[in-house]
Amino acid sequence: MSTLSPVSPNSATGVGTLKAPDAGPELPAQRDRPFSRANLVQTLAGGYIPLIVATLVVVLPLLWMLLSSFKQPGEIVTTDLKILPQGLNLENYHTAMTTVPFARFFLNSLIVTTVGSTVKVILAILTAYALVFVRFPFKNVIFVVILVALMVPPQVSILPNYILIAGIGGKNTLWGIILPGLGTAFGTFLLRQHFKTLPGSILEAAEIDGAGHWRRLWQVVVPVSLPSIATVALVTVVSEWNDYIWPLIITDRPETMTLPVGLTLLQNSEGNGAGWGILMAGAVLVIIPILLVFAALQRYIVAGLTQGSVTG
Amino acid sequence: MTRQLTGSPAAPAQAVQAPQRRGRWSGRTRRDFFVFLALALPNLALIAVFTYLPLVNNMYYSTLDWTLGSTSATVVGFDNYINFFTSSDAPQVLGTTVIFTVVTVGGSMVLGLLVALALNAKVRGTTFARSAVFAPYVLSGVGVGLVWLFIFDPGYGVLSWLLRGIGQQSPQWINDPQLSLVMVIIVYVWKNLGYCAVVYLAGLQSLPKDVMEAASLDGANGFRRFMSISVPLLSPTTFFLLITTMISSLQAFDLIRIMTPLGNGTSTLIYEAYLQAFGAYNRAGYSAAISVVLFAILLIITVLQLRFVERKVHYS
Repeated sequence: MSTLSPVSPNSATGVGTLKAPDAGPELPAQRDRPFSRANLVQTLAGGYIPLIVATLVVVLPLLWMLLSSFKQPGEIVTTDLKILPQGLNLENYHTAMTTVPFARFFLNSLIVTTVGSTVKVILAILTAYALVFVRFPFKNVIFVVILVALMVPPQVSILPNYILIAGIGGKNTLWGIILPGLGTAFGTFLLRQHFKTLPGSILEAAEIDGAGHWRRLWQVVVPVSLPSIATVALVTVVSEWNDYIWPLIITDRPETMTLPVGLTLLQNSEGNGAGWGILMAGAVLVIIPILLVFAALQRYIVAGLTQGSVTG
Repeated sequence: MTRQLTGSPAAPAQAVQAPQRRGRWSGRTRRDFFVFLALALPNLALIAVFTYLPLVNNMYYSTLDWTLGSTSATVVGFDNYINFFTSSDAPQVLGTTVIFTVVTVGGSMVLGLLVALALNAKVRGTTFARSAVFAPYVLSGVGVGLVWLFIFDPGYGVLSWLLRGIGQQSPQWINDPQLSLVMVIIVYVWKNLGYCAVVYLAGLQSLPKDVMEAASLDGANGFRRFMSISVPLLSPTTFFLLITTMISSLQAFDLIRIMTPLGNGTSTLIYEAYLQAFGAYNRAGYSAAISVVLFAILLIITVLQLRFVERKVHYS
């Protein structure tokens, strides 16, 4: 872990500051004759073309999904491919919503994601605060327990958790979907690492003022840690929204299905050529919310998901 | 930043505090003990019940001959493991797991590095491209799987249309087990290479610039600099990615389930465990045994990572 740390100072904090002095010696060489043909070709081949290709490979399938969601069966079941739909026809969305209770799936996903993420973020804040700022004899042992939990893949636990949750009546309930995922090793780990970097002086000042743990946590630690908390919250929201294997197993009635599971149900009923437009409309409803969240707040999400690569 | 802040004000504060603290040591310690439990216990209990307990239970279930939903089970010891490893399933499932893992890990790392190089170019638009390339990594596997299933559709998919354009018939991606595996691998790499690209990009941006300049003054061209300096210096990043992508490939479920529900040709260990318990068979004990095998493999990778991380990737 420590060996990876030489990477971190440069990439995490130094990007902005390091670039300025380094750009100095490089720029004059490049700017010899900025508009020469050789230079232009090199910029295109070495810079823009690979960049555009990489972007298109990602964007085109998603664009295709969006365009196809507006197409009528006649526009899809044809050998004569048309790229643009005839119009912004929302009939596929209507069909998707009426074939299966899509509005219900959407609401269920919203509830599971909101409740699950809120509880997980609060638990992560409380546990991380306790691990960093509260005296306790076995803190290192507890931290190792959390670290190991971080490495246990949830997929391995689905059968025992199914038996446990179904045994206490959680099958086909929203709490049954939410409960097993509530313990959070990832959020605790990430926030603990952040809390450790906080200057002790600000907490000691609050302590001298007579603030107890509860006030120190919410009035000092949380306000100065909002970016890290946002990172944990957003990564949690994304994974709760996309979670598939557990809701798939613990629900078999449409009333409690989440969007990804409901989409599987839609796939079963529309799994013929004419149904592709309807399925693409369903895919849009699952993908677009997260895509919008990602577009707005991607800095935090990327930082959270690539955690460990730069911090070790 | 933080270091500057801790410097001056902290020291006097501690000096003032020290005698005060010692005076009420025992009362405070006891109070902190309960504060700690109140704050951490809910999370720790949840982790214990839903992460650690299942590991133990899985090992127990794996010794049972037990149909899911049935109230009776017989203890059969290691029979489930023996049955799995001696059945015709084992070479099939293990082979598929190895192919899927090796190709997806290799594919997303190599393509990820190439994309990272493109993102590292000094041109406009890299910020947008970086976000775009990373986006599939955060999208629902179910949604992504459906979109690609439509693209691969032999009748009406874009791919079949493109193939017809060059006079080719679309292969039967769904019905042919080998092609199913190829299809799922392609989509998995598409979804995950952005993660590798962004991690590699951070690595590339932290490479020492002076070394690069010295090499280019010595007459090394771009390719030579890449092979002799960038690649070796990126080895910590490569090792990190190797471990993380291997662990996530071994857990890949969503795409396999949505694109090839029957697991025909695509049944990796995790999918076989799912099919055995929740598919047509309801063989809970057998499924648990496969889960334990998968867990053992993941554990070995994690331990190897911890053992080799110090030795292999030191470059300072």
